[in-house]
Amino acid sequence: MIQLEYLLIISAVMLFAGIYGFFTRKSTLAMLLSIELMLNAADINFAVFNRMLFPDGHEGYFFAIFGIAIAAAESAIAIAIMINIYRMLKNISVDELKQMKW
Amino acid sequence: MEYTLFILLLPLCSFLLLGLLDSKISKTAAGIIGTLSLGAVTLLSYFTAFEYFTADRVNGVFEKVMPYNITWLPLGNLHFDMGILLDPISVMMLIVISTVSLMVHIYSFGYMKGERGFQRYYAFLSLFTMSMLGLVVATNIFQMYLFWELVGVSSYLLIGFYYTTPAAIAASKKAFIVTRFADMFFLVGILIYGYYCKSFGFDFNAEGFAAGAFMLPTALVLMFIGGAGKSAMFPLHIWLPDAMEGPTPVSALIHAATMVVAGVFQIARLFPLWIQYAPEAMSIVVWVGVVTAFYAAAVACVQSDIKRVLAFSTISQIAFMMVALGVCLPGEHGAVIDNHASLGYMASMFHLFTHAMFKALLFLGAGCIIHAVHSNEMSAMGGLRKYMPITHITFLIACLAIAGIPPFSGFFSKDEILTACMHYSPVVGWIMTGVAAMTAFYMFRLYFGIFWGTENKELHAHHTPHEAPLAMTLPLIVLTCITLVAGFIPFGHFVSASGEAYDIHLDWTVAATSIVVAVASIALATYVYAGERQPIAEKLHGAFPRLHRWAFKRFYLDEVYQFVTHRIIFAYISRPIAWFDRNVVDGFFNFLAWGTHKLSHAIRGLQSGSVQLYAQVFLLGILVILLLLIM
Amino acid sequence: MDSHNIMFVILAVIILISSVATVVSKSIIRAATYLLFVLLGTAGLYFLLGYTFLGSVQIMVYAGGIIVLYVFSILLTSGQQEKLNRVYLMKKIAVGMSCIAGLGIFIAMFFKQQFLATALSAPSESDASFLSIEEIGKHMLSTGEGGFLLPFEAVSILLLACIVGGLIIARKR
Repeated sequence: MIQLEYLLIISAVMLFAGIYGFFTRKSTLAMLLSIELMLNAADINFAVFNRMLFPDGHEGYFFAIFGIAIAAAESAIAIAIMINIYRMLKNISVDELKQMKW
Repeated sequence: MEYTLFILLLPLCSFLLLGLLDSKISKTAAGIIGTLSLGAVTLLSYFTAFEYFTADRVNGVFEKVMPYNITWLPLGNLHFDMGILLDPISVMMLIVISTVSLMVHIYSFGYMKGERGFQRYYAFLSLFTMSMLGLVVATNIFQMYLFWELVGVSSYLLIGFYYTTPAAIAASKKAFIVTRFADMFFLVGILIYGYYCKSFGFDFNAEGFAAGAFMLPTALVLMFIGGAGKSAMFPLHIWLPDAMEGPTPVSALIHAATMVVAGVFQIARLFPLWIQYAPEAMSIVVWVGVVTAFYAAAVACVQSDIKRVLAFSTISQIAFMMVALGVCLPGEHGAVIDNHASLGYMASMFHLFTHAMFKALLFLGAGCIIHAVHSNEMSAMGGLRKYMPITHITFLIACLAIAGIPPFSGFFSKDEILTACMHYSPVVGWIMTGVAAMTAFYMFRLYFGIFWGTENKELHAHHTPHEAPLAMTLPLIVLTCITLVAGFIPFGHFVSASGEAYDIHLDWTVAATSIVVAVASIALATYVYAGERQPIAEKLHGAFPRLHRWAFKRFYLDEVYQFVTHRIIFAYISRPIAWFDRNVVDGFFNFLAWGTHKLSHAIRGLQSGSVQLYAQVFLLGILVILLLLIM
Repeated sequence: MDSHNIMFVILAVIILISSVATVVSKSIIRAATYLLFVLLGTAGLYFLLGYTFLGSVQIMVYAGGIIVLYVFSILLTSGQQEKLNRVYLMKKIAVGMSCIAGLGIFIAMFFKQQFLATALSAPSESDASFLSIEEIGKHMLSTGEGGFLLPFEAVSILLLACIVGGLIIARKR
């Protein structure tokens, strides 16, 4: 029996893995990977809730699609910024990025 | 008589025009605009006077006319009005002010020629004239106060006209502060008056006055303090001698003829109240006047700056008017205001009128002299009679008038004052006669010092004195003519305490005494000062060096003020308050600023720019919220 | 134990292991690869739920697009020698502990909450909740009940902005 809670546990583990990675990684690209994990966890929740709790509606389904689109957009921009920073600083470690800091 | 509004509007317009255009128009144009508008005002004033005094009397009294009276600021039951009130004294003042002001306007063409700020000068003159006219036609005490302050401002501006000289700045500030200090009492008096009498008006038959009568003496005395400040009564007179730093025509207009008599006018305006509700308090007016008259005359005897002599003479003469108002007594036969018992009222107004003319004449003459020798000091003069014949003759006539020699105008008015004083109390009468003698003495000391005596050849060779231009001598001649005939005006027919016509009877014992005393003083002055050398004066000076010094230093009153204000008030009151303000009040806010700064500095570290740190805080917040939701 | 359950267990294990591996692996290129497994596993879950279109989108966009992008950029910037700067052990432990604590709270919440549907029913083609691609398109572009035109347009503007922004940010100056 695939219970709803199991699916939710999977997404929760994914989310906290993302959080852990976000805090412990120093490379900005690795942090972005962690963010992808978190977003993905959210998408799973959308789909699961729609499928199991509101089978007559479509909102979760579509918002999962939109979430994927937004994740794509976000990573495209983030990667563009990272490449730009790398060009200037030859480094993308989050500790080194202090130019923007007051 | 609606056209009277233009008496106020014309100078106001000319002030605005000249003040706004300033140096955009030429000096001559500015002078002409100012003088023409003043000329129109003078004509209007004369016409008003003519129409007013030829109108029929009602019950033997000239009716009060109020062409305008607009409620300007209603305040519950009370209301401040603005308007125009014509009664005998305000019409008389209109004539005095417009005449002297017009003379000064004409005179200034010559005197102020080539000065920087000529346009500004005329603008201020217009402002002053407007405010002074507004003061005298005020329909209520509050309007009077407004214009009173405006007069003070224009006086301040004109004293400080030469704003590049430190002495002028100091003098203007002194004048302003001293009169402001006195005006504070005036304002308090007005408020008490308004509160208890339920009105600011001069309609003294209103029922509120009887109800508020118990507070009226207080209010009137407070207002008198205000008037004493403006009229330079002892001990608030200290600003007037210094005010001579202003241009001489200004001294003639403001500090001799018009503004300084505002205090006298104020008491005259409120005279029915004084006589009805506060007859006892009038002795304050009398004694302040007596002390001032004597003090100022004593100081005037030894001053060497001719404008200072005239300034002290002005103080002394205004004190005469004050005394005259003070010595009025309530009528004995039922009527509160009785022309005979209140002779002083008429005498005071008469003296105000004649004094304005001959004192303006003296000041304008002094202006001619200063213009000729470029100095205020008597030592730079002497023997000027052959250089300046017109000035000499007019000055002599003015001196005779102020000394009280018939048939010049001063004799008649001063004689009335002395009669009134004698009637009140022989002590006051004799003191005032003595002061009159001193007046004759110091005026002729001044006259001989300027026109006779030792000529300062050195200085005159360097720069030969010359007669003043026509623009300056013409006003002198006009004023001399007025001085010659003014004494024969049946003044009592126009202005009297009750308003009914009153024939002036010369009290020949008093008149003879005063003539004898005046002639004796003049003779003494001639004996002492007329010669080439002045051995007696020097001997006297040698005999009483301390007295001379004291008198010369004006009995050190300024130093006393200096001591009281600087050493006592500033040191023990103002400075601690300033300390409190700087350290406690400012300190508190500085502490707040400092605290904010430090706090910001302390939490600045949180804004580290480190994304991970932000996220940690964010996560922490979310967990806490979650925990709260579960619980 | 039918095939569904077996499939679910396999996917769950892949996802759990890979997501943890994503964040702990030393090499960043490996981390990206583990992420790819996570995303593929997620796509599998979608298939399991019967959301075939969503699963294919997941594979196409995420696995096919984003991960490739990441790999490229990783290779462009630091390459394989991603020097994971020394992170203090204490911090790792602290973050790990708090994550585990948070996970505990979440799981506690899941079980505390009484959900209506407890078990996943097998997907059937006749079920109303299953959508054909045609229907999805209609839903996307309709404005009435069940229409998503507004978020659709919002996302399209967002994507346009991303294209422009990406071009401007990354262009050579």
